[in-house]
Amino acid sequence: MSLLSDADRRKVSELFGTMVNPVRLVLFTQSLGCESCTLARQILDELVSLSDKLTLEEVNLVLDKDKAAPYGVDRVPAIAVMGAGDPGIRFYGAPSGYEFTSLLDAILLVSGAEHGLGADGLSEDTLARVAAIDEPVDIQVFVTPT
Amino acid sequence: MALASDHIRATVVEATEFPDLSRQYRVTGVPKTIVNGKTEILGAVPEETFVEQALQDIKTR
Repeated sequence: MSLLSDADRRKVSELFGTMVNPVRLVLFTQSLGCESCTLARQILDELVSLSDKLTLEEVNLVLDKDKAAPYGVDRVPAIAVMGAGDPGIRFYGAPSGYEFTSLLDAILLVSGAEHGLGADGLSEDTLARVAAIDEPVDIQVFVTPT
Repeated sequence: MALASDHIRATVVEATEFPDLSRQYRVTGVPKTIVNGKTEILGAVPEETFVEQALQDIKTR
């Protein structure tokens, strides 16, 4: 059964049509004690079916420890949005509701699409300040599905 | 912001799925942003305010 409505699929396909470079989603799961891992997999399977530029790889956090290590992920389900390199974008939890929209936005931006879902990109002032950062910055944004 | 700097890592956390993290950072409303485990930003604030608060304790060149 499809999780997305036909209208949503059309809308997402249209958005993905603006992707420039390939994007790889890495989904971190584990076999036991992760109820929402299945939901996360279903959502991502549907998403990657909507674009040739989008691929999905599933990594078992417990069984594929070595493979998972470079991503610095310690919870499941988690998603890393990867471009040519690792832009450092992670999602913790099944990407439904608000997270779904944010994930679409992240995919578009990482692919180099001219616009994400937001109206404008960051201001020149923000870009200048961010470019001057000289130590690791870990930003966690807590959200709920609604 | 994560895209604009190699130093930035941005994680979106679904608060209800990770109650331990929500408790650790005393998340009682969303969105709530935590920078480097300490700086807190409540609500959806304008970009300028967000950058100001998020980077207040961060070393810059």
